[in-house]
Amino acid sequence: MFKDFFSALMGGKLIGAKCKDCEEITCPPKSTCNRCGSRNLEIVELSGKGKVVSYTATYVAPLGYDGEVPYVVAIVELDEGAWIVGRLDVDAEKADKDDLIGKRVEVYGKEFPTEQFYPDKQRRVVPMFRLVE
Amino acid sequence: MERDVAVLGVGQTKFGSHPDKTLPELFAEAFFEAFDSSNIELRDIEAIYFGNFVGEITDGAANLGGFIADEIGLRGIPAYRFEGACASSSVAFRDAYLAVKHGIYDCVLVGGAEKLYSAGTPIGTRALATALDSAYEVNSGLTFPGVFALIARLYAKTYDIPLEKLREKIAHVSVKNHKYGAMNPKAQFYNKFGDLKVEDVLNSRMICSPLTLFDCCPMTDGASAVIIATADFAKDRIDEPIYVRGAGQASAGSLFRQKWDVVKALPRKRSAEMAYREARMTPKDIDVAFVHDCFTIAEVIATEAMGFFEYGKGADAVEEGLTWADGEIPVNPDGGLIGKGHPVGATGTAQIYSAVKLLRGELDFVKIDAETAITDTLGGDFGTLVNVILSVHRR
Repeated sequence: MFKDFFSALMGGKLIGAKCKDCEEITCPPKSTCNRCGSRNLEIVELSGKGKVVSYTATYVAPLGYDGEVPYVVAIVELDEGAWIVGRLDVDAEKADKDDLIGKRVEVYGKEFPTEQFYPDKQRRVVPMFRLVE
Repeated sequence: MERDVAVLGVGQTKFGSHPDKTLPELFAEAFFEAFDSSNIELRDIEAIYFGNFVGEITDGAANLGGFIADEIGLRGIPAYRFEGACASSSVAFRDAYLAVKHGIYDCVLVGGAEKLYSAGTPIGTRALATALDSAYEVNSGLTFPGVFALIARLYAKTYDIPLEKLREKIAHVSVKNHKYGAMNPKAQFYNKFGDLKVEDVLNSRMICSPLTLFDCCPMTDGASAVIIATADFAKDRIDEPIYVRGAGQASAGSLFRQKWDVVKALPRKRSAEMAYREARMTPKDIDVAFVHDCFTIAEVIATEAMGFFEYGKGADAVEEGLTWADGEIPVNPDGGLIGKGHPVGATGTAQIYSAVKLLRGELDFVKIDAETAITDTLGGDFGTLVNVILSVHRR
């Protein structure tokens, strides 16, 4: 399941699970609705647009990610309501200087080398957030 | 039939660096202190509830229940290993408490051990990140300081506090906890950073903005152990049993799926309310709190969710001194995770260690008159929450 989400993202599509009982969008999809717990879900394509709700410039990384520092991890609230975690496509200095909360972004997928503990043993896909006007 | 439950002896190793010991060897040191102050026979212990988070990663060690039992000379009895990230030994404690309360066992050993300092920061940081959503949070390189950095910004936004102002306010948590940690002989930072200033916190190395090194607890090796039994068993053996009056536990999924609930730490509210209800108490009945200050902002939101302060007022409270040893609700007068250290799987029962010592008047480096204490341990990004209420009074 999680691989389908990242394959779609690399293909330019952000997918979510729409609940047929309560309308909630769960993204990334999981086995049940994130609001009501229903299994009555259908996979839908989302807009891939949203706004930054929080972020952090990371200077100390875990083993397997140390070559990538500094990088900016962010939470984005999608226009469909779900929150997702990814990386903001800005440098750490800018992220620390400016207040980026509330800024509009577009989501795209980027492939990184996997590491020994990551569940996908072929690749590690990261949702990237590009600032848009 | 439900029975009252009490703590007998408690033990804790010095927190810090123990590269020369295995996890069972480290745990044995804490166990011996607990056992030697319990006035019981080894054969009185019917089961072991042991907390450990990442023994596989730091020491290549799993199946630890049996190895722990064997190390301390208790081969043969049921021995369980519990994993709930940073709350591992608190989850173990609550299950042990329930087993004694409901008549499964009369006397059991609870504790935990972890060796994150010896693992080194890169492996330690990766090991800690296993407590996050493995597919959808870790892939971006999110770390635990990162989680609480995200929460700090959400907190600032929610309560409309300028970020720089919030940084100053929460820095007082580090100043306070380092002050008490420097006085605690068992703390990782004993005799260090006792006169830390707010500016030192603000100007130390940035780890995950806006959190600096001094906003974070350290990587720690350490172990802790407590022996619990029915109240009747305990009062026949020691002079000052400390009674377990209530325990709560709650859970949640990934940080991002909790949305704005993370600022209010709703699983913690649920867990604390479960503990208060069982103890028939309210936050006003609590004299001292040992809460999960893995980061400065974490202590602030904990004190709000546990009901000591209104939502949005926790940062003001520490700045105004309300959570200092002479304040209205002392929080982490043993140094907390920030000053004492955070050997993840051992942290929960180490909080119980400090609470019991303080209630017995044996935490001699800090003066607080207290009859009732609460502990609060958080595993992951609010995935696992445990609260325990302890009192000198049986009912």
